[in-house]
Amino acid sequence: MTFSSASRAGWLALAAIVLSSGAALAQAAGTPPVADKGDTAWMMVSTVLVLLMIVPGLALFYGGLIRTKNMLSVLTQVLAVACISMLLWVIYGYSLTFTGGSAVLGDFSKAFLLGVTKDTVNDGGTIPEYVFFAFQMTFAAITPTLAIGAFVERVKFSAVLLFALLWITLVYYPLAHMVWQSDGYLFKLGALDFAGGTVVHINAGIAGLVGALIAGKRVGYGREIMAPHALTLTFTGAALLWVGWFGFNAGSALAANGVAALALVNTLLATAAAALGWMLVEWAVKGKPSLLGTVSGVIAGLVAITPAAGLVGPIGGIVLGVVGGVVSFFFCTTVKNALGYDDSADVFGVHGVAGIVGSIGTGIFVSTSLGGVGVENYDMAAQLWTQCVAVAIAVVWCGVISACIFKVLDLTIGLRVAVDAEREGLDITDHGERAYNM
Amino acid sequence: MKIVMAVIKPFKLEEVRDALTAVGVHGLTVTEVKGYGRQKGHTEIYRGAEYAVSFLPKIKLEIAVADADVTRAIEAICTAARTGQIGDGKIFVSDIEHAVRIRTGETDDAAI
Repeated sequence: MTFSSASRAGWLALAAIVLSSGAALAQAAGTPPVADKGDTAWMMVSTVLVLLMIVPGLALFYGGLIRTKNMLSVLTQVLAVACISMLLWVIYGYSLTFTGGSAVLGDFSKAFLLGVTKDTVNDGGTIPEYVFFAFQMTFAAITPTLAIGAFVERVKFSAVLLFALLWITLVYYPLAHMVWQSDGYLFKLGALDFAGGTVVHINAGIAGLVGALIAGKRVGYGREIMAPHALTLTFTGAALLWVGWFGFNAGSALAANGVAALALVNTLLATAAAALGWMLVEWAVKGKPSLLGTVSGVIAGLVAITPAAGLVGPIGGIVLGVVGGVVSFFFCTTVKNALGYDDSADVFGVHGVAGIVGSIGTGIFVSTSLGGVGVENYDMAAQLWTQCVAVAIAVVWCGVISACIFKVLDLTIGLRVAVDAEREGLDITDHGERAYNM
Repeated sequence: MKIVMAVIKPFKLEEVRDALTAVGVHGLTVTEVKGYGRQKGHTEIYRGAEYAVSFLPKIKLEIAVADADVTRAIEAICTAARTGQIGDGKIFVSDIEHAVRIRTGETDDAAI
């Protein structure tokens, strides 16, 4: 997304390409910037690829992981939260995220897309602002849908929708502004986040964990069988997420260029490495290599490579993928059981943990000596520190505000459905329909 | 008249049906059930969650036969359903007081 990558790494590394492009020449001649056709075409495709990640990708991935009686509630929650995020984005989200204002938040100058026309080009880029707006909208839409997977099967539909509305406004917009807008606090600090490791994945992972802790465990957790009801759908969803993720990662170059190509390669290799990493460790530790483990490795690898996609070399990406997959495995299988929290779809174990691994690892593998594209005045220790600060700020910002949102909702409308309704299943009690009539 | 109730492994159903047909039993009611005997369940692992699955899928079949046919029916089921492994199932036999064929009103042995 990233201006951070575009201006810090991409622009420098690919100055020759940029300078030779029609847009740059037009700017040099003093005429208004014109969108590049190739970049625009790629970014429109990327935008719908990220939408594919949400519906049906993420919806099926989560839906397969939970019980039959809550299948439709998960699908409905993912779909409705994504729709709310999209409309908020045009009302004030885009403006609060991608305008000047302060180091923490933008202003309302582009609310309702004020001043944006078909001829407007994104700030310093080569695509129509409408395309930039739409691409970023899909990121704002997927983040809260990722988070809700941690507390599905027990939280009221109304509470989920209100959570989404408040959380996007109070947590997502400020963090995205801080990381991706050129006057944002973390951007100026020099934190690297190519496609959303901190803004999307750590953010969603922490919000999910806080939600799971405050909402409490599902009725019968630890005593009753809560096995995934359809791993075939989970597999299908994970595969769609992987395909869509090329829009997410390679699209974050904001252009059809070499940086996008590098992100494309990394999104293939790191993911494959993470899937095998999870599978082999599970085989060694638990005795059997499972499908659920292998697709979980796919997701962990995609998350781990996200902040690094256009910044690290393919071999560095493979290392990041393996580490992300293996560390996530231990969080989902060992740490979660030891701590006893009920994260229904392992949002924290996969997105939070692999996001942290990827964000910190980006500071190491961006080094040109390790095959990365490098950044100006690079110093590994300093960059690593900056990455850790960015992760810490994301964790604290998201953790504290999310906790406040959940507490307020719990004290006002209540987070949980009634115990009887939870036993019956949210499909019938919240939505009045059943996923499978056989 | 007796009712022969057998619990067998699901994949043995077709063989049992063929064996029963061969000894002249021409009617069979089948139910998909779950249960366990000496064959304990197994463990399933989903990420960190381990579940002991105690109840395994089985097929319960019920046939009503005339007293003279009971032994042959039991032998047919035993031969067809046996794998030699724990979990092959069990057969229970009990008396029938009265039987009626709904279409014709025939009773007892004539109804079977």
